[in-house]
Amino acid sequence: MQKEAAKDGTAEEPVLSVEDVSYWYGAKQALDDVSFDVYAGRVTALLGPNGAGKTTLFSLITRLFDAPTGRIEIEGRSAAEWGFRALGPLGVVFQQPTLDLDLTVKQNLRYFASLRGLTRKEADERMDRALTALDMRERIGEKVRALNGGHRRRVEIARGLLHSPKLLLLDEPTIGLDDPTREAIVRHIHELARKDDIGVLWATHLFDEVEPDDDLVVLSKGRVVERGEAKAVVAATGAKDLGDAFRVLIGSNAGEGAAI
Amino acid sequence: MTFMHYARAFQGIVWRELLRFLQQRERFFAALVRPLIWLIIFAAGFRAALGISIIPPYETYITYDVYITPGLLAMIQLFNGMQSSLSMVYDREMGSMRVLLTTPLPRWFLLLSRLFAGVLVSLFQVYAFLLVAYLFGVELPTWGYLVALPALILTGMMFGALGMVLSSTIKQLENFAGIMNFVIFPMFFASSALYPLWKMREGSLTLYWVCFYNPFTWAVELIRFSFYSKMNWEALAVVGGCMAVFLALSVWAYDPSRGIQQRKAIGPAAAG
Repeated sequence: MQKEAAKDGTAEEPVLSVEDVSYWYGAKQALDDVSFDVYAGRVTALLGPNGAGKTTLFSLITRLFDAPTGRIEIEGRSAAEWGFRALGPLGVVFQQPTLDLDLTVKQNLRYFASLRGLTRKEADERMDRALTALDMRERIGEKVRALNGGHRRRVEIARGLLHSPKLLLLDEPTIGLDDPTREAIVRHIHELARKDDIGVLWATHLFDEVEPDDDLVVLSKGRVVERGEAKAVVAATGAKDLGDAFRVLIGSNAGEGAAI
Repeated sequence: MTFMHYARAFQGIVWRELLRFLQQRERFFAALVRPLIWLIIFAAGFRAALGISIIPPYETYITYDVYITPGLLAMIQLFNGMQSSLSMVYDREMGSMRVLLTTPLPRWFLLLSRLFAGVLVSLFQVYAFLLVAYLFGVELPTWGYLVALPALILTGMMFGALGMVLSSTIKQLENFAGIMNFVIFPMFFASSALYPLWKMREGSLTLYWVCFYNPFTWAVELIRFSFYSKMNWEALAVVGGCMAVFLALSVWAYDPSRGIQQRKAIGPAAAG
């Protein structure tokens, strides 16, 4: 999609543009000239093994810290220039659980809604919608501590969608979940991107979470080694599937299963 | 970002802190028991042994438990400030700090709101302690309970801001106990909370100067004077100044482009 858009000369603006971003932890380089775009209505999978720099990239996009080089734009606004204002269109599901365990689902979501400036009424309506879509409506009054991992993840996703973001960042959202839950979440997010025209950046190390039509950015040791539509990447490498393509691209020792 | 967005976010941060406080009843009782032990046991013994001469703001002789009360109020607030800082480290480790820091509002506003929420919690503890102290016979001027409120807010903000600076320098939750020992106890003991400064001077000139330059001393004095509807301008300047410095340092520390959070890469999984 990224390349096609350029070829067609379409004027579609990316909801997220990452351009020549590098980052160091002391002397160790975590990201090296990373560039890619994310478009509305599309899922972009950021595929890379553990330690590839995915979470660092998420921390820079969410402005937990600033990128010393390169440029990150959300809906055309540079985070470096617009500061906190650039975070408005952003919904995030972090890799680490971030819900307050001692509060109920409703209290957690209301807290987030207030941080996003929603009124109590708006919050309750959207909460209802988001939780219903994720089959969590009936758990709204329960303490998060009482929920299992899969349900907590669903609540985090519902929270990320509460303020109707234009860009949804998911940092390994299915980590530690069983297969049926994982599949349900993958399906839901893809539907959501198409239906609500949200741009999704999905960091993962699991091949089976990537659909053939998704945009793909393959990250290895902090560098983008390939990008394009997933099926095109597979075809270009002459591999039989994405797992094979990935192994070819990072020249690696990735395992046989779905996980890298 | 409209004014209403700021107002709702502030309300949300305060509401969450109060909910968490209500969930942790043991924290409330622990906060009360500590100063009550000082008041009931320590002060009872010293009441007989230590005479307090008439020093401002007192206009007559007072009992030792009346003298020690402002210091114990400041101790409650200092503990609460550290507790709040501990909960920020916990939030950082648990990830919920990320949710706060990725809010499209200025960091200084988010930190200040969080700080104020912590102070509000400390005020509940302070007034609950004053009620119990009253039942044990510690009577302060009636108006003082109201007049001291702004002073208590200011001192609470100073201790909260100090806690916030400390939270930004602590990498892991386990390191927190050391900070408690190196901050809370020296600050409390080397101050005018337990003995007036002139008494310290009689004992050791060095200790007197240590107490004199300890911001905790000035917080205690600000509270002490305010209960008698008097203003200690020196204390106000020191407490206000320290609060501004601690707050500026914590905003700097949590700033995404400059602060130390960047080097520490918030959360354990940040290098992924």
